[in-house]
Amino acid sequence: MTGSIRQIMPKFSIHVLVALCLLMMLRPAHALVEIDLSKSNVEPLPIAITSFAGDAVAQDIADVVQADLVNSGLFKAIDKAAFIDKATGPDAIPRFEDWRVINAQALVMGKVVREPDGRLRTEFRLWDVFSGEQMIGQQFFTGPENWRRVAHIIADSIYERLTGEKGYFDTRIVYISETGPKDKRVKRLAIMDQDGANARTLTNGQSLVLTPRFSPTRQEITYMSFEGGNPRVYLLQIETGQREIVGNFPGMTFSPRFSPDGQKIIMSLQQGGNSNIYTMDLRSRATMRLTDTSAIDTAPSYSPDGTKIVFESDRGGKQQLYVMNADGSGQERISFGPGSYSTPVWSPRGDIIAFTKLFGGKFAIGVMKPDGSGERILTEGFHNEGPTWAPNGRVLMFFREAPGENGGPSLYSIDLTGYNERLISGNGFGSDPAWSPLLK
Amino acid sequence: MTRATSKSYSPALICLALVLAISGCAKQSLPDNAGGLGLNNATPGSEQDFTVNVGDRVFFTTDSTNLTGQARATLDKQAQWLARYANYPITIEGHADERGTREYNLALGARRAAAVRDYLVARGVNASRIKTISFGKERPVAVCNDISCWSQNRRAVTLLTAPTGS
Repeated sequence: MTGSIRQIMPKFSIHVLVALCLLMMLRPAHALVEIDLSKSNVEPLPIAITSFAGDAVAQDIADVVQADLVNSGLFKAIDKAAFIDKATGPDAIPRFEDWRVINAQALVMGKVVREPDGRLRTEFRLWDVFSGEQMIGQQFFTGPENWRRVAHIIADSIYERLTGEKGYFDTRIVYISETGPKDKRVKRLAIMDQDGANARTLTNGQSLVLTPRFSPTRQEITYMSFEGGNPRVYLLQIETGQREIVGNFPGMTFSPRFSPDGQKIIMSLQQGGNSNIYTMDLRSRATMRLTDTSAIDTAPSYSPDGTKIVFESDRGGKQQLYVMNADGSGQERISFGPGSYSTPVWSPRGDIIAFTKLFGGKFAIGVMKPDGSGERILTEGFHNEGPTWAPNGRVLMFFREAPGENGGPSLYSIDLTGYNERLISGNGFGSDPAWSPLLK
Repeated sequence: MTRATSKSYSPALICLALVLAISGCAKQSLPDNAGGLGLNNATPGSEQDFTVNVGDRVFFTTDSTNLTGQARATLDKQAQWLARYANYPITIEGHADERGTREYNLALGARRAAAVRDYLVARGVNASRIKTISFGKERPVAVCNDISCWSQNRRAVTLLTAPTGS
C-alpha cells in the first residue's frame, strides 16, 4: 500500500466539538501515564461497533477494528445482541436514544463498497452518543488485499480521537520465529502485524539470526546473523531482500539498533573478552567508539531526541543500566536496585526506560525514569525478556520463555500500567520482538 | 549379584585400558574387532581421541568466566594433545546458560572463549591456530529446567577443524 489512503469524507465536515464526558472517562488514563505511574486500572469505555454494510470483508474489517480497540484495554465492545437500532452503514443518522439505552458512549458505523476498478472503498463514522455529534467521518480507497490495514487505520483514528494519544494498531512487529527442539532450535527473521496477523519469515533458517530492530524512517531492519560462522550485524531492506554487513569490524558485532533519525546504527563490538559500544553512520560509513572499558557494554538504545544513550554494563560487577551522552561522554550509572538490569529501551516519549531485571531467580520487565528513579515492575516470572515499545509509548511487547525441554518463547504485550497483559498468539514460538513506527 | 558386578567393566575403565595399551604408539591402528567397543576405539590423534580421552570442554560457574581447577586440568591436557598433534586448527566456542539476557550472554560466551584461548596460548598453543566464537545461550546441550542442565550449558568447547597438511 503506497501513498496515503486516508481521506476525509467530503459529505460531512468533522465536528471538532469534544464530547467532554468521553474525555473525562479517559482522563484518569492520562494522569496515570503522564504523572502518576502507580498501577491503577482504567474503566474501559463502552463502544458499539456495528456490522459494516457490505460483503464479507466489511464484517472482517469491523471485527478487526473491534479487536484492536478491545485489546488496547481502554475500550469495552457492547455485545451486538444488545443493539436496538439495527441500522448499519454510515449514511443514516443513528437513533441515539437507542444507543443511550444500552449505555454505548461511542458508536462506530461503516460500509465497504467494491469499486468498479476492484478497489475497496471503506467509509466509517464515529459518533458521540450523548451529544449526537459526529466525531470522525472518513473514507479510504485501497486494494482488497490491504483490508486489515484499513481496519487498523480506522482503529487508530478512533483511538486517537477518544484518548488524545496516537494509536499503534497500523504497525508491524519484527521478531525471531523459532521452530524445532530446544537443543536444535531453528531461528528465522519474521515479520507480522502488531495483532499477530500476516506473519511471514524473511530468512530461511540456515543461519542463526537474533535481535532484529526496525528502522524509524525506512523499511529496513538491522539484526545479527551468524552467517558463514562470523557473527555480525546486518542491514536488510524488507521490500527488496537486499542485505549487507554493517561495517568492517574485526570481531563479533551484536545488539544493533538504529538512531532516531535512522542514519546510524549503534551496536556492540566484541574484542577478546570485552565488548564496547560503537556507532556507524550509514551514509559516511564512519565508525565511532563510544565506550572503552574492560567490561561488557551492550544493549545500547537512544533517547528519542538522539542526545542520550542508555546501555547495560557489568563494569561495576553485575549488569546495570548506564546513561551517556550521544558522543560517549558523561557515562553515569542509573540502576541501583538489587539484582541485575539489562536490555534497556528508551520510550518513544522520552520520559521512561524499560528493561529486563533479574532478581531472586526471576526475570521481570520493568520501567524507570532516565535518572533511575520511579522503578516499577510490570510483570515478572520464570523468564521475561527484551521489552520493545509501541510507537505511542503506551504499550510494550516482550517475550516470555516457558521452562523445560518442550518450553519455548512466546510474545506478549502489556500496558505501561502493568495491566492488560496479552499473548500475541497463533504464530508458534517467537522471541526478540521489535515494534515498528506507525506505517506510512 | 556379586558375581555379575565383578564381571561388568565400566566403559571408562575399558577406555583407560585401551589408551594405556596404545599410548606411545600413536601410529598403530586398532584391531578390527575393537569396533564393537564403541567410543573406546578412538584413533590416537583423532577428533574422537581428543573428545573422549582429553575432554573437549570446560564448565563455568554462574555468570563467571574464571577457569576452575578442573577446567585448568582439562585445558592442560588439551594443550599437551595440541602440542603433539600440531596440525589441527581449533575453534573455541563459548556458551552461556539460558538464565541471562540475550545480548549479555553473547558477550559472556565470548569472554569464556577468550579465557580458554588465553590459557591455551599461555600453555604453548600457537594463537594463530585458534579462532573463537560465542553462541551465547543459543546452543544448549542440556534442556531440562534445573541447575544440572544449566551447568552443562555454561561451557567452552574446543573444536578441532580439518587438519592442515593431511
